[in-house]
Amino acid sequence: MVFAQVSGDVEKTITGGTLKVATAISVRNLRKVYPGQPPVVALADASIDIKDNEFFTLLGPSGCGKTTLLRMIAGFEHPTAGSLTMHGENLLELPPYKRPVNTVFQSYALFPHLTVAQNISFGLEMLGKPKAEIRQTVDEMMALVKMTEMADRQTGQISGGQQQRVALARALAPKPRVLLLDEPLSALDFKLRKDMQLELKRLQMETGITFVFVTHDQEEALTMSDRIAVMNAGEIRQIGNPRQIYDQPAERFVADFIGDTNFLPAELIETAGQTATIRLSSGKQIAARAAESGSQKGKVTLAVRPEHASIGPEAEGLLAGTLGEVVYFGTDTHYHVALEDGTGFVVRQQNRPDATAQFSSGDRVGVHFAPGIGQVLKD
Amino acid sequence: MSKAFNVSRQNGFTTIAITCFVLLYLPIILLVVYSFNSGTSVAIWEGFSWRWYQSAWQNDQVQEATVRSLIIALWASAISTTCAVLAALATTRTRKFKGQAAVFAMINQPLMVPEIVTAVALLIFFAMIKVATGYTGLAYLIVAHSAFCIPFAYLPIRARLQGMDLSLEQAAADLYATPFKVFRRITLPQLWPGILAGAMLAFVISLDDVVITEFVKSAGQDTLPTYMLGQLRRVVTPEVNAISTVLFGISVTFVIAFTVLGKIKN
Repeated sequence: MVFAQVSGDVEKTITGGTLKVATAISVRNLRKVYPGQPPVVALADASIDIKDNEFFTLLGPSGCGKTTLLRMIAGFEHPTAGSLTMHGENLLELPPYKRPVNTVFQSYALFPHLTVAQNISFGLEMLGKPKAEIRQTVDEMMALVKMTEMADRQTGQISGGQQQRVALARALAPKPRVLLLDEPLSALDFKLRKDMQLELKRLQMETGITFVFVTHDQEEALTMSDRIAVMNAGEIRQIGNPRQIYDQPAERFVADFIGDTNFLPAELIETAGQTATIRLSSGKQIAARAAESGSQKGKVTLAVRPEHASIGPEAEGLLAGTLGEVVYFGTDTHYHVALEDGTGFVVRQQNRPDATAQFSSGDRVGVHFAPGIGQVLKD
Repeated sequence: MSKAFNVSRQNGFTTIAITCFVLLYLPIILLVVYSFNSGTSVAIWEGFSWRWYQSAWQNDQVQEATVRSLIIALWASAISTTCAVLAALATTRTRKFKGQAAVFAMINQPLMVPEIVTAVALLIFFAMIKVATGYTGLAYLIVAHSAFCIPFAYLPIRARLQGMDLSLEQAAADLYATPFKVFRRITLPQLWPGILAGAMLAFVISLDDVVITEFVKSAGQDTLPTYMLGQLRRVVTPEVNAISTVLFGISVTFVIAFTVLGKIKN
């Protein structure tokens, strides 16, 4: 049930014409099995095309194979089967030190016996660049990550956020064509993480380097990425831009993992293209989006985002139920509704000063959402 | 609140502990005290003097044995540490292979085989080489010492390597460092406290070896410990105490340095 969209070159529209975007990294049926009893499949036949200048995110819960895939691109792990090319060149034949990619490690892995500047210059020295060029690039990099004043500090004497920036500068200094980032923000506190998300996105756009970013944080993935591959249990479940992933999840796992979702039992009446007509448990019929046309009629699950629904008087709703908890969040309020068919449903409504309809716990209410907003998931 | 088992609360714990420490340290304290005896006895105190230190210092045989001991210990610690670094790298920085446990046991073999067995084996083996080549120099002792010092140098180096963050070496490889450069620029600078600790331990172990040295040495190749053993068979004077005290001081210094080096953080 893998929903991997494998596409070749894609066209990006720019003013007045189209531009072909080349594939930076091409992953084909990459497989990694760790021997054991039973053998552990860390990655099951993954196929992805990562484009030039793209911010591509591998998103999934821990143990989903995202880090394994990243480490294979870096060269620290060897696949059991499959192919891996970068701009047409076979990466699998090359040891890590010959691959034109650099990595930002989760632990940063800064060299503790070297200063900030020495850490950043390490890759350039290994490439045998002339001294003057090294000095210039290191200065540029330190300015880029705002660490110029810390040049001669030992890496143990700087804060976590600063270490993170040094790790980034060190990986960017050799100007790789692809930068691999393994959960680089997970060790930072909330505020710093937000700042660094913007910073990373800015760096990616300024440098034009392809970023392959690994995270388990769905919000981080949605805000930063051009495209996301959602992974679970070693398989790629869906590839798409953040809007596609959020609004049109291909399956229950994706809908559940990304954001909050209500799952409603429903019956599929008919499909026409990507539009489906479904019958809700209340008997009412409504249009919904289908991931693929020609889906099997019968029992399906309808996914509706809490913020896409509203509550009102019982008579006006698509579904009726009893209001349970009402949780106030400042900007919005969460209404927990127990529907008549027994399923729970959460409505997230923005708080407005002009709000008139007020409901309280125990009231009979109706839940409403617009036609075409729900997503049909196969059961 | 239930009381956890605490060995220090058991009857007789203090008595046993004190007895052990007295047995361990009283003889050493007496040895040190009597090294300053002005008389010729190692058991009857006649007053304080430095005479036995002077006597040892001016004794040609002691001088010769000391120089020989130091030469052997320096060579043995250098050779065994080099071997230990290579062995430690091979057992911590390669993929797991079949028979890794056997290799580990072989490296540490000198710790497990009775020294006397090694000594006799080396005596016979070197005798064959001596007959074949006619060479009777110090090399036999150096080789023998190097061999049994390897595990002592290996253990601290291996511990240090195991404690090191592997992602640092991966990061270096990721930044275009060849395997040799990774070792030279990243692994070695962080490994040196382990190497130094291993070398010092090997040096001390070599310095006070008696059994293997006694069997392997040719005539006129006494080291300090075997010279002292020889002296004890004839006449015992506090000169032996004085030499022992100096050796004891050197060992204590090394052990302290070893502990300090082990504590240097990665």
